[in-house]
Amino acid sequence: MKNRGKAKKARVIPGFGLSAGVTLTMLSFIVIIPLASLVIYTAQMDFHEFLHTITRARVLASFKVSFLTALAASSVNAVMGMILAWVLVRYEFPGKKIMDGMIELPFALPTAVAGIALTSLTTDKGWIGSIFAGWGIQIAYTRVGITIALIFIGIPFVVRSVQPVLEKLEPSYEEAAGVLGAGKAQIFRQVIFPEVRPALFTGFGLAFARCLGEYGSVVFIAGNKPYYTEITPLIIMSELQEYDYTSATAIALVMLAVAFLILFAMSLIQAKNSKILRGGN
Amino acid sequence: MKKIKLLVWLCTLGIMAGSLAGCGKQNAKGTSKETKEASKITITNVSYDPTRELYEAYNKIFQEHWKEKTGQEMEITQSHGGSGKQALEVANGLQADVVTLALEYDIKSIEDAGLIEKGWVDEFEHDSAPYTSTIVFLVRKGNPKNIQDWGDLVKKDVGVITPNPKTSGGARWNYLAAWAYANHTFGGDEEQIKEFMKALYHNVLVLDSGARGATTSFVENGQGDVLIAWENEAYLSIKDSEDYEIVTPSISILAQPSVAVVDEVVDERGTREAAEEYLKYLYSDEAQKIAADYYYRPSNPDILKEYSDVFNLNINLVTIEQFGGWDKAQEVHFADGGIFDEIYEE
Repeated sequence: MKNRGKAKKARVIPGFGLSAGVTLTMLSFIVIIPLASLVIYTAQMDFHEFLHTITRARVLASFKVSFLTALAASSVNAVMGMILAWVLVRYEFPGKKIMDGMIELPFALPTAVAGIALTSLTTDKGWIGSIFAGWGIQIAYTRVGITIALIFIGIPFVVRSVQPVLEKLEPSYEEAAGVLGAGKAQIFRQVIFPEVRPALFTGFGLAFARCLGEYGSVVFIAGNKPYYTEITPLIIMSELQEYDYTSATAIALVMLAVAFLILFAMSLIQAKNSKILRGGN
Repeated sequence: MKKIKLLVWLCTLGIMAGSLAGCGKQNAKGTSKETKEASKITITNVSYDPTRELYEAYNKIFQEHWKEKTGQEMEITQSHGGSGKQALEVANGLQADVVTLALEYDIKSIEDAGLIEKGWVDEFEHDSAPYTSTIVFLVRKGNPKNIQDWGDLVKKDVGVITPNPKTSGGARWNYLAAWAYANHTFGGDEEQIKEFMKALYHNVLVLDSGARGATTSFVENGQGDVLIAWENEAYLSIKDSEDYEIVTPSISILAQPSVAVVDEVVDERGTREAAEEYLKYLYSDEAQKIAADYYYRPSNPDILKEYSDVFNLNINLVTIEQFGGWDKAQEVHFADGGIFDEIYEE
């Protein structure tokens, strides 16, 4: 008891009990209670109905669209975000501060505005879209369009996760590896990447989860054709429009469960990685 | 340790009590303000997107009318958004004295939530729809694809823009108008009607989630050859642009945006008299003319005739009753597994 008392004194924020109490209270007000209400709404249907609701052909098709585009977008973001973070950390160039600040703009912009702007750019009459239309590629109103919207809203997650890790990573490690005879590819694979990997996974997971639930920017660019470009959040919205709350929450629950699993898996990988880095097995 | 636990509990209770007290305070403040300024009355009109300008104009004449009648100043708060979303918010407790929405079905959902008493449809004239509209086509200047009627929309090279009836209340009128045409053309043969609807929605390039999105796709992004739109919205689109023309089909549907007093709210706030007058006055000659100025068809037949140079009065308009009312139409066409879902099944 005495020892613990001493340890407590050293902490900046008072007692574990108090901190934990406040944490739990806030967590339940902000996260657990709203999410539990989803479960309660869904519980109004029996298991058979639930299964029927979430396995309707159109709902399944929308899951496919949502998951595929979210996966594609967050994969692109993992690569692009890594490069962006690298450039922002390692190089000095005029306008760097401005560029650094711009990374977060997708967060600030109302998603509907982003969606409308991206759509008008990428339709076959738009600036960028007309170039691609010349080659017979349609961007807006296809899954490619959805992916582009999701890349836009997901990029800050990866950059902001990777950036601090890269900042802490001293170039002297790379120099040492170079002196020891490692090639550039080897330095990246064996020195830089292992350090960055956990952060990259976190960024990827966050971007992926965000993409799954994204509605505002996607509805404008998607074209919303059933079975082809209809995203799951749109299905949920249409259930709400019919005042069918239980179906809407059932589908939302599936989305949430998958997002949670992904985030959980990411944090497991991260925990394992940091254990290795700390010299465990 | 016990002390700490106690502290945690106190802290939790404190937060809860604090937030509760906060709510209470606000309420108390609201009522004291009301009694202080009894000479001024505030009502809230929860409406849907396209009526914004219409009600801005109407509120002005109504404020004058109310002052003349009672000597009281009136303040009117407006709220706009998608019709279904607005209904949902009122049902969930958004304090609306009156609702003026796109669909009878949306107001029914507020009735189902227990906020509006049954029988509201008969409370005001013309099924509580002071102004109506219909569904027409907006085509590009010169009508390059020569679109004259619903039958032209299923031709192979015609791109159609219409919002999704599942997410847009207004888009349900579009769908039902097309159905009414097919029903007339094929003499009620359901197989053929469905084939027609399938072909029509096969030609839909972009199925936007709302009417404004569909207009953006057609006007700003230059998609498609024809936009299926409400007459009032179509007129607003051509008002400041010469690139479009309106085509009125041979058959369409009588779209009746409904209005209702939210009984529970007006009884609690003591605004029933003002709210009822607000909706009743929509039928006055003055208000009917404002509705017509904003391209809604007045329900007063004499005033409608005055505007015969604006509205095509020869159009054959079917009503929702021919679909067996909103509940039936909703269940048959738009509910999960309904005919609209069938149309898109492969």
